Amino acid sequence: MKWSNILKVALNSILRHRMRSVLTMLGIIIGVGAVIIMVSIGQGVQKQVESQIAGLGSNVLMIFPSATNQGGVSQAAGSRDVLTLDDVDKIKRDATLTANVSPIVRASAQTIGGIGNWSTTIQGVYASYLDIRDWQLATGEFFTDRDLSVRAKVCVIGKTVADNLFPGTDPVGEQLRIRSVPFKIVGVLTEKGQGANGQDQDDIVLAPATTVLDRLSGRRFIQQIVTSSISADQMQAAQVELTTLLREAHHIRPGDDDDFMIRSQTEIADAAASTTQVLTMFLASIAGVSLVVGGIGIMNIMLVSVTERTREIGIRMAIGARSSDVLIQFLVESVVLSVFGGIMGIVLGLGGAELISLVGNMATALNPPVIIAAFIFSAAIGIFFGFYPARKAAALKPIDALRYE
Amino acid sequence: MASEETISNSEAAGAPVIETRNLEKVYSNGEVEVRALRGVDLRIDRGEFVAIMGASGSGKSTLMNILGCLDLPTGGEYLLDGVRVNTLNKNELADIRNAKIGFIFQGFNLLARTSALENVELPLLYNRTRGNVDTSKLAHAALERVGLGERVDHVPSQLSGGQQQRVAIARALVNSPSLILADEPTGNLDSRTSVDVMSLFRELNDQGITIVLVTHEPDIADFTKRIVDVRDGMIRRDVMVANRRDPQVTLRELDRELAGEEDGH
Repeated sequence: MKWSNILKVALNSILRHRMRSVLTMLGIIIGVGAVIIMVSIGQGVQKQVESQIAGLGSNVLMIFPSATNQGGVSQAAGSRDVLTLDDVDKIKRDATLTANVSPIVRASAQTIGGIGNWSTTIQGVYASYLDIRDWQLATGEFFTDRDLSVRAKVCVIGKTVADNLFPGTDPVGEQLRIRSVPFKIVGVLTEKGQGANGQDQDDIVLAPATTVLDRLSGRRFIQQIVTSSISADQMQAAQVELTTLLREAHHIRPGDDDDFMIRSQTEIADAAASTTQVLTMFLASIAGVSLVVGGIGIMNIMLVSVTERTREIGIRMAIGARSSDVLIQFLVESVVLSVFGGIMGIVLGLGGAELISLVGNMATALNPPVIIAAFIFSAAIGIFFGFYPARKAAALKPIDALRYE
Repeated sequence: MASEETISNSEAAGAPVIETRNLEKVYSNGEVEVRALRGVDLRIDRGEFVAIMGASGSGKSTLMNILGCLDLPTGGEYLLDGVRVNTLNKNELADIRNAKIGFIFQGFNLLARTSALENVELPLLYNRTRGNVDTSKLAHAALERVGLGERVDHVPSQLSGGQQQRVAIARALVNSPSLILADEPTGNLDSRTSVDVMSLFRELNDQGITIVLVTHEPDIADFTKRIVDVRDGMIRRDVMVANRRDPQVTLRELDRELAGEEDGH
């Protein structure tokens, strides 16, 4: 039997039983659709996390105080007072593989200005901070090295702060009182959005580190140092260099542990990526189960259909169909059903993913390999689950099939 | 295939369409053995119109199945168109059924929800011997031949019993078989439609087509040329029909009766 004829016979038979065919396909449609939607969501989350991590800046190395053990009691990492502005200045002076460096001095405070007050985080940083973070100003300008050396009471505010205290007006030039210390707003940052941990990165006020240490925190120690190395290839070497410099600065003897730790942005990115990959796999495997259930649905209906169509099989055999013709017909039917189901599932999946990203305000990302894999898998399901019913049909004896009532 | 050659040789030699020698069929069901056929010798030549008659259990259905290559004998020999059927495998039997035999069944056995044309096309789709043929054209021609040229797009449920049987006959004809095998073709039809179908058979037989039909109605058998009586798995009687009925005459008689009845009321 020619392939065109086999296809014709199979298509005719599918079209003759439209309702049954649609119901059979439903399992595959939902299965493939679910796989695509789930993977799109997973990939969307992955992309979102990646872009948030990229938002930390490029080639960034972060230095924190390391965890300590005081009299047998572990203290939280980062809580130790070891980093100072001297460290920052030493890095700035001596490090060859570091392009920019800035301290981060954190203080949270109530701010008053514009139309009311707002509780936010104050970060004391150097002028190079914006370069490290890949951050730009929406209006105004950033404070300068001179502001740093004179401990000028100037600040740059994030978009959230600007929106809350100065809605509809340009805050540049206005006054902001931080813990009753008046600061002059010199610039407004562009919107950065959600951070990797879901925090609002725009709810922030940046001021010269020296000013913050002097006026707000009243201490000598800083919480963190951020640096950017000169290139992505030099990250490793830059980390080694920073370690050497800081051990020197802190007078740590060889063999003793560091009192600081250095984290690179890639490490954080990798950790986040592996988490989201697990999430994607998890979602896809749940959806995969529904695809298998869809396949079993096809087998189920095909088996029923073989019994129901025993007489038809008998007629076909009586007028000259070989067993192999019957086998192939049923196989082609189930493959056509599952492939059509697969195509409709892809359409449903793409539409569903689009809808979720619109309505659910969730990022989704299309993944062509997954779409192709889902399609091939649905065809394979058609062959796999169609084979048993098809063989059953082909094994019928013509007389028995003809006499079947 | 060697059998292909045999076919053409035998056709040239004018060999019989059907020739059985001491045909036997034993159904064994565990310990019980049922001898359905006990040595049937039957020869049917080209152009014959034969009725095989017998009560149920006589073995006529078994004979029919074997003649139709739906089943194989357990003993004896069966030559269809000079081809020894006993030794053929499943696929060769399927091909023989496709190319050499046109089946007609009591229950029509058309594919439901499938147009008359597609039903008639079906044997052409399974034909392996022909090259590219215009299946639709051949199917149209076959339907024209049985007088259903106007109803090619109708599905079985839109056709009367007689029309459905005509579609089945067209399907049997479409591959130009050596033999038309009809199993109780009028069993599901009223008497007028039965005569109608027999009239079509007669027409086809007059055109040279060999027809073997199984029936238990003597009225129907009388339209054929030869009657073979089967009883207890053997041929008891094999006679030519002396006063062969002409379906056209019968049809006119039936019309007259009908007209008379209507006049009477």
